[in-house]
Amino acid sequence: MSLLDLSISELGRGLRAREFSSVELAGEALGRAESLDGRLGSFLRTTPELALEQARAADRRLADEADPPALCGIPIGHKDVLCTRGVETTAGSRILEGFRPPYDATVVARLARDGAVVVGKMNCDEFAMGSSNENSGFQPTVNPWDEERVPGGSSGGSAAAVAARLTVAALGTDTGGSVRLPASFCGVVGVKPSYGRVSRYGVIAFASSLDQVGPLAKTVEDAQLVLSCIAGPDRRDSTTSPAPVSDLAGALREGVRGLRLGIPREYVEAGLEDGIKAVFESACRWLEAEGAELVEVSLPSTEYALAAYYVIAPAEVSSNLARMDGIRFGPGEPQAPSLLEAYELARNRGFGPEVRRRVALGTFVLSSGYYDAYYLRAQKVRTLVAQDFSRVFERVDALISPTAPTPAFRLGERTHDPLAMYATDALTLPANLAGISGLSVPAGFTAGLPVGVQVLGPYLGEAMCLRVGAAVERAADVWRRVPAGFDG
Amino acid sequence: MVAHLSRLARLGLTDAEMEAILPQLRAILAAVDRLQEADVSGVDATAQIGGLYDVMRDDQVDPGLTAEEALANAPSHEAGLLRVPAIQ
Repeated sequence: MSLLDLSISELGRGLRAREFSSVELAGEALGRAESLDGRLGSFLRTTPELALEQARAADRRLADEADPPALCGIPIGHKDVLCTRGVETTAGSRILEGFRPPYDATVVARLARDGAVVVGKMNCDEFAMGSSNENSGFQPTVNPWDEERVPGGSSGGSAAAVAARLTVAALGTDTGGSVRLPASFCGVVGVKPSYGRVSRYGVIAFASSLDQVGPLAKTVEDAQLVLSCIAGPDRRDSTTSPAPVSDLAGALREGVRGLRLGIPREYVEAGLEDGIKAVFESACRWLEAEGAELVEVSLPSTEYALAAYYVIAPAEVSSNLARMDGIRFGPGEPQAPSLLEAYELARNRGFGPEVRRRVALGTFVLSSGYYDAYYLRAQKVRTLVAQDFSRVFERVDALISPTAPTPAFRLGERTHDPLAMYATDALTLPANLAGISGLSVPAGFTAGLPVGVQVLGPYLGEAMCLRVGAAVERAADVWRRVPAGFDG
Repeated sequence: MVAHLSRLARLGLTDAEMEAILPQLRAILAAVDRLQEADVSGVDATAQIGGLYDVMRDDQVDPGLTAEEALANAPSHEAGLLRVPAIQ
């Protein structure tokens, strides 16, 4: 038994009752990372000095303030695409090795404001491009439930560390499923907020029209507490929604009685492994038993969503990553004989195979002569995908499906085949194209591997996702299970 | 094609790297060609979600980065300026 096994509200009670201090809690997280992360590779770096400083400050607030924030003194990890002032931030890429941002991302600043304690920067696929964490420029992360398997990506370090109890919660980013997929593979909760619900200021961009920051945590309530802290308008990100954040905490207690939940036919009719299907069907029965009505719905443009995504995302990548020039940050090639060669040497040395593929692909689909056939057409298909969701949300409160068609796959299994890797995100990426809310919640296991259920809600429907997710979590009753070798 | 893309995107791919990436790009393009089957007649393009346009805020002056902070991560700088190899 470790303190890291406890939920945020349980830890909060312990901290307030002085059963343990934030300094002790951070020490335990860092000690576990020190002794156990050699096997997992979930951290790119721990931040013991920052953690100690923040934990001391949190202990003072816990002693002095009548009502300190829920996250005060709670250890958290930041996916390495989030800028942390003075702390090396690489986005998992060699091209940013040594980069120490001069400012904090808004989400990092908001968690610090509430007294959360940063224990480290979490490994991820390079610039968040990947579904397995094997594209990290530094090291792969493995799945704590089976160390021969991937944790999912791209927020795989965040998910694996939460599952292995090396941090209480972590932030990830979700561009096509990068929070929900590793949450499903590692048996934790992951939330993808609606586009614009959470600030992207200080988030190293992958695809700017799709990226959102979201929490990974052991429970739906823990995820809600982190989301409530980071959500809301930010004057530094003009794409944040000005709408006030709804009562997310209240949603957890509402239950699902009387809700209509849609099961998208296209998500369940083909390609699901039997074990995934079995867990999903149990979740459906639990929700019905709790009083929800389940109906089949259709999202007919799903068959084109993957193709649209793999045009739009690389297109945005090719323009966003133009800033990775080795001139203003990263090791660069300042001794190159010409500026052109400096760019080419820095980018050739700094970018891994997947990033090169996507930059090349994005450059192609945006180039004159191909723009209309690929990029413009993909944007139109994006409209169709969004319209599908709008139409079904007139009839149902939320959608439920498996998060992924399979459980965690083996390391190396899909690295040779980019298309097989891309298909991993088939059930998650339509939500990014449409900008709607979603989460993945652990619902059971197949052959010892965790299986997540995905809940999709309307635009700014985070409360609905949490409400349904909490019901699945209560019925599944698996969140206290710890991967063997990480328990105690 | 790949040589052109490598040049455009400043990827600096070697001949061997170009040879490796070409079939991968071909396979991905063949897969995304699925898009050509979708009926998009009369459908508007979506570039972003959320419906926010021309978002304005008060022109409030905040402290920004100093030149020193802005240059701190540059591999080469001199006299408060970024230093780069000559354009040829």
